[in-house]
Amino acid sequence: MNRSEIANPELGAVEVHGMSRASFILRGAVAAGAVYGAGAVGPYVSNAFAQSGGSDIDILNFALTLEYLETDFYQVKGAAVGLSGEAKALAKSFGDEEADHVAALTKAINAAGGKPVAKPKFAFPVTDQASFLKLAYVLENTGVGAYNGAGPSITNKQYLAAAGSIVQVEARHAAAIALLTGEQITPSGAFDMPLTKAQVLAKAGPLIKNG
Amino acid sequence: MPEPTTTESAPREVSAVESLARDDVERKKFLSMAGRRLGAGAASAGLAAFIAACGSSKSSSSSQSPSSASSTAAGGTATASPAGSSSDSDPSDLKIVNYALTLEYLESQFYAKVAASGLFHGKTLSVLKSFGAEEAEHVAALHKVASGLGTPAMEPTGKFPIHSAGQVTALAGTVENLGAAAYLGQAGNIQSKEILAAALAIHTIEARHAATLNTLLKKSPTPQGAFAKPMSMAQVLAVVKPFIA
Repeated sequence: MNRSEIANPELGAVEVHGMSRASFILRGAVAAGAVYGAGAVGPYVSNAFAQSGGSDIDILNFALTLEYLETDFYQVKGAAVGLSGEAKALAKSFGDEEADHVAALTKAINAAGGKPVAKPKFAFPVTDQASFLKLAYVLENTGVGAYNGAGPSITNKQYLAAAGSIVQVEARHAAAIALLTGEQITPSGAFDMPLTKAQVLAKAGPLIKNG
Repeated sequence: MPEPTTTESAPREVSAVESLARDDVERKKFLSMAGRRLGAGAASAGLAAFIAACGSSKSSSSSQSPSSASSTAAGGTATASPAGSSSDSDPSDLKIVNYALTLEYLESQFYAKVAASGLFHGKTLSVLKSFGAEEAEHVAALHKVASGLGTPAMEPTGKFPIHSAGQVTALAGTVENLGAAAYLGQAGNIQSKEILAAALAIHTIEARHAATLNTLLKKSPTPQGAFAKPMSMAQVLAVVKPFIA
């Protein structure tokens, strides 16, 4: 047994239950010996690819929706709730960064000849700093999962690079909020879970208001 | 850490990689290590392995040992790299995975030393230990992926100065920010969608680690602002070289 297996004996086990560990995908890929998801890689991978019916522009627009959401959350809801200290500084800084993401994605979609989605209206059910930060943690982690889930479906390398550049920042945000609130820095352990579009919408959808 | 450029055509970095590949001391180390392994594509340890994993160009292969050249061949396309272009513009998935594996080995070793150093206590120690455990999981996973593609890189010997809590925390910040940039730098090069998914899943963990260390150091969790910058294999090699024995 090598050192890493001693440190993590469960990795030596044949079965990895559930879809809670990214090592499942890696071991599945190895076992299958196949490069592109030959079924043996299992639901973990196919979940991540489930939204790959969409084009790059669809993916960028989905990301843009989330970035609109986060920007509005930090800038508008943050002001409404009344934040102080570290939380206030963080909301300002992160809100500015999410706004930069909105601008970049809008530019990319336009450059690709697509139509950027209109900014939705949002409603965030938070009333104070504590509940604000709790939701911030959820939103940032959802963003990480969304970008990681969509990444392998992006066909254009420049968009993939941009998505990677953005998701790294979302993950940094999530960790910074965790440090402030005592939540877990790495809520899914050593591997961040990719999320399907449906899973993302389950978190973000209720916050988006129609009309 | 030097400000990385995002362009791949940086002659200075390319010739640094090539000159390291031609370094006689490193080649001799490599040859003695390679001699212990059988078969084409044998993995090698230490700095030479890292250079090989970075996909040194065909133009430097004449100065590499036969095992190194076959390791390159077994790993996929070795890219020709005339001066001025990147030697890592088209590395194979195996090369990329072995590159990541090497970095994760180093991170894992670093955290093990940090945990054993006695410099940290309480919550900070607990966080550093958990990061080390996560890096060890990355090692295990990447090793398995590499094994499925070819020969995994052997564990290098890291050497990390461990003097004081402040110095070590700063070094940890350097390491994690570097790791995040390294993964980001390779995302566009990975051919397999499964391996890309795995790399993305690890990339954001390094980012979380980096943001945590930055915060402990009273620095911004997002030192590069809204868009994290990638680093090329050559750029990462330059930063990591002093930490490989």
